[in-house]
Amino acid sequence: MKKFINIGLNRGMVYQLIGTLIGAGFVTGIRALMGLPYWAVDDANFGFTEPAWVAGGLLGAIFFMWGTRVMDGWFLWAKGEEPAEHHADPPGWQKYFEPSLDHKVIGVQYTITSLILLSTGGLFALIFRTELSASNIQFLDPQLYNTLMSLHGILMIVSILLGIAGVMNYLVPLMIGAADMTFPRLNAFSFWLAPPAAILLLGSLALGGFDTGWTGYPPLSARAPVGMQMFFLGVFVAGWSSILGALNLIATVLRLRVKGMTAFRLPIFVWAALATSIISLTATQLIGLSFQMVMLQRLFGMGFFDATQGGNPILFQHLFWFYSHPAVYVFVLPGLGIISELLPVFARKPLFGYKWIAMSSLGIALVGFLVWAHHMFTSGMNEYLRVPFMYSTLLVAVPTGVKFFSWVATLWKGKIETPTPMLFILGGIVVFLLGGLTGPPNATVSTDLHLHDTYFIVGHFHDTMFGGYIFPFFAAIYYWFPKVTGRRMNEKLGKLHFWMMTPSFLVLTLGMMQVGLLGMRRRIADYDAALNFDLTNLILTVAAYLIATAVLIFFYNMYISAKKGEEATGNLWRSRSPEWQTPSPIPAHNYDKPFEVIGEPYDYGLADSPYVKFDE
Amino acid sequence: MRHFIILAVLILALTALVYFGLDTIGLLPVSASLQAVTIDWLFDIEIMAISFLFALIIVPLVYSLIVFRRKPGETGDGEYIEGHTKLEITWTLIPLLVVLGLAYLGAWSLGDTLRADPEAMEIKISAFQWGWKFKYPDYGITTTELYLPIDQQVKLVMESSDVIHSFWVPEFRVKQDIIPGQTTELRITPTILGDYKLRCAELCGTEHAYMLADVVVVSEEDLLAWVDAQKALIPDTVGPDPERGEIVVEQNGCIACHSVDGSEGRGPTWLGLFGAEVDLADGTVTLADEAFLIESILDPNATIVAGYPANAMPQFSLTEEEIADILAFIETLQE
Repeated sequence: MKKFINIGLNRGMVYQLIGTLIGAGFVTGIRALMGLPYWAVDDANFGFTEPAWVAGGLLGAIFFMWGTRVMDGWFLWAKGEEPAEHHADPPGWQKYFEPSLDHKVIGVQYTITSLILLSTGGLFALIFRTELSASNIQFLDPQLYNTLMSLHGILMIVSILLGIAGVMNYLVPLMIGAADMTFPRLNAFSFWLAPPAAILLLGSLALGGFDTGWTGYPPLSARAPVGMQMFFLGVFVAGWSSILGALNLIATVLRLRVKGMTAFRLPIFVWAALATSIISLTATQLIGLSFQMVMLQRLFGMGFFDATQGGNPILFQHLFWFYSHPAVYVFVLPGLGIISELLPVFARKPLFGYKWIAMSSLGIALVGFLVWAHHMFTSGMNEYLRVPFMYSTLLVAVPTGVKFFSWVATLWKGKIETPTPMLFILGGIVVFLLGGLTGPPNATVSTDLHLHDTYFIVGHFHDTMFGGYIFPFFAAIYYWFPKVTGRRMNEKLGKLHFWMMTPSFLVLTLGMMQVGLLGMRRRIADYDAALNFDLTNLILTVAAYLIATAVLIFFYNMYISAKKGEEATGNLWRSRSPEWQTPSPIPAHNYDKPFEVIGEPYDYGLADSPYVKFDE
Repeated sequence: MRHFIILAVLILALTALVYFGLDTIGLLPVSASLQAVTIDWLFDIEIMAISFLFALIIVPLVYSLIVFRRKPGETGDGEYIEGHTKLEITWTLIPLLVVLGLAYLGAWSLGDTLRADPEAMEIKISAFQWGWKFKYPDYGITTTELYLPIDQQVKLVMESSDVIHSFWVPEFRVKQDIIPGQTTELRITPTILGDYKLRCAELCGTEHAYMLADVVVVSEEDLLAWVDAQKALIPDTVGPDPERGEIVVEQNGCIACHSVDGSEGRGPTWLGLFGAEVDLADGTVTLADEAFLIESILDPNATIVAGYPANAMPQFSLTEEEIADILAFIETLQE
């Protein structure tokens, strides 16, 4: 028991449980003293009343942070004492379960947490995809179906946020030659918000679930079971993590670059990370706000979105999508950055149009703020808003097109190598292209009147997420795994992973789009046998299982390669980037010798043109 | 130069292959309304553009992978090409013009689907968890099936009594959400006789997948005959009438939640309810007499039966006669 509680993560979870009970008990006590109903006899509420559960959920998350001791440094400062300086973590796996101030450890913590949530969200998808393999209800009751479908959405979103945070945390300080992030304690705090957020989200499953989808539109979300509130709290806490992480990253890029690392000599991934962080820092508040308003509507009867009290349900959709549309660019920009980063390495050629690609990331981030209402073309919002939002939405195609054309031009006349990371990069380009090309029919209002809320959208969206995040994320793991562990991942298993996942995935999303066009709605637990979608849906389910198997192979590969993979401590991919000019794994404070940027980052094919020079 | 000629040929070939391939598969359901015609016209243009852009990226990508792959034993790097500003400007400006053109066509075809016929027949649609109700003000009938006259525009005026729903018949293409607290409109001109299904397109809770209604497109004469048949269903008696009550509860969708055979529903069953003692959520017991039932219909949240959620039942606009008919019907449901 002592050993168990000595681990930071376990301590946090025990504290969270205690905090939840204290919070819920406190509100229950106050209600009893005030003569209000304090015990929910109705079994839909699971004992505690809804306000008690909300107070418990919130206090539990705070207790988790307290329990992990991630805030101890700040407490010491508050008392006027000086906390211990950032020290190297002890070797071994234990450091990953404790608050660490090392951006590389935090990067790995983020990535592993992300993979755990990815598996959980994927598992939920498999469960309801199995239900959909034939018409009629097989084994899931519709309420549980809706909960799993909704949780799949939000878990994947949180997983992606953690995944990009992991990659950015690990790479950005290395790429710009910093010893760490600007605010290491804030960095640890941002990461440790993620586990209680995930626990809250999964906790909704135990409290009746929620049947609204991850979008949580009221009035439906105002009527859903108590699980809805746990979902709101979970998103709220995860949003905090995202905002603080973005703040830290922007400060790091602005303040901690080495000498000579001017704006247009930054590795291109840093540009993408910067663009993404600008969106996270400034837009995430809106999803927190919109969910908080529904929470208050449920708790205190504040009728923000309740028509009978003069509220307006459409207002919620505007607030919600003001974050949740830019959020998709938060998800994909780092992935597109990874594609731009790795293509020159494997094509052995300079990145074609570096400045254009860098600016296109900022362009996407900027235009991305002006398109949110394209999710609402059928919503009944003011009709005259539809056309301007169609124009702004289609404009996103322009900077995105610049990226595609520049990528193809980068490959042109290269000497292209295709090890596993490059395969995932190429797969990502093709899949993202499909996601991009299926966008305009959703953007033009009249065709969207047919496509909105159909399986076509589901297919389109999964193409953008896989092409813009999942494929590049896998590429990044295969590519930088040797940097983290000093060993490379198994190539045969990597190629098996790729060749199993990619065709299955294309079948999955193209099939989704086909049935969607023909009339299959999204978010349905069952479909009409008369529509003849049974066979396609069965094929989609088989494809989903193949994808899951491929990802299991990837996990096995990670595990086996970390233990006894081929040693790779040098510049395995012959990259020009600074992090590869130092041995793997990287020591605690990154670079033993400081370096200076003296050339262009992607001068592959040009002799005697070094990018960085280490001090002798 | 040779490279570019091969590329151009391959791009055109792949464009044609993708476009005609998709055309052969048949991507869309039957187009059965005037509004669908303009939408399908835009779909066709977009599929053509998608086919071309797909080929434009995929062909040079795959071509590079084959032609410019590293051959065994080769060392050294690719050609040193950093970029090409004129090319970048080209592939910024041309897509910009294309998307502006596309947006223009999108706006134009949207306008076409909104074209209003002042003679259009109005139908009032009520959407609720989980069903549909159609009111024909011109004919004074309320039904659970939507009959539409062919080649005539109908103006659907829609409202929801609980959460957001959405009106969608795939063959008619157009879609419109239905929101509590305000009415939304949709105009449809059916062009092909036949049976269709109305499906709620916005997630609206547990039974969302089953929120369907039959849609029948008929000739004008058949519509009038159907209206007469609907009217004839309603008994022409004076005073409370259980038969008329049964029709009222079907038309208003009451039996979607309240069963008449004792089975569990979202609300309490009506079997044996009249005159029985009912346990309430606040722990008291009450007699289900006429006064209690009328209050429960007019103000569903005044009293809540134990084991059932509050805020679940929508407000119905019923006349006093209709309520009397419903009570007469419930009274007949004894075990």
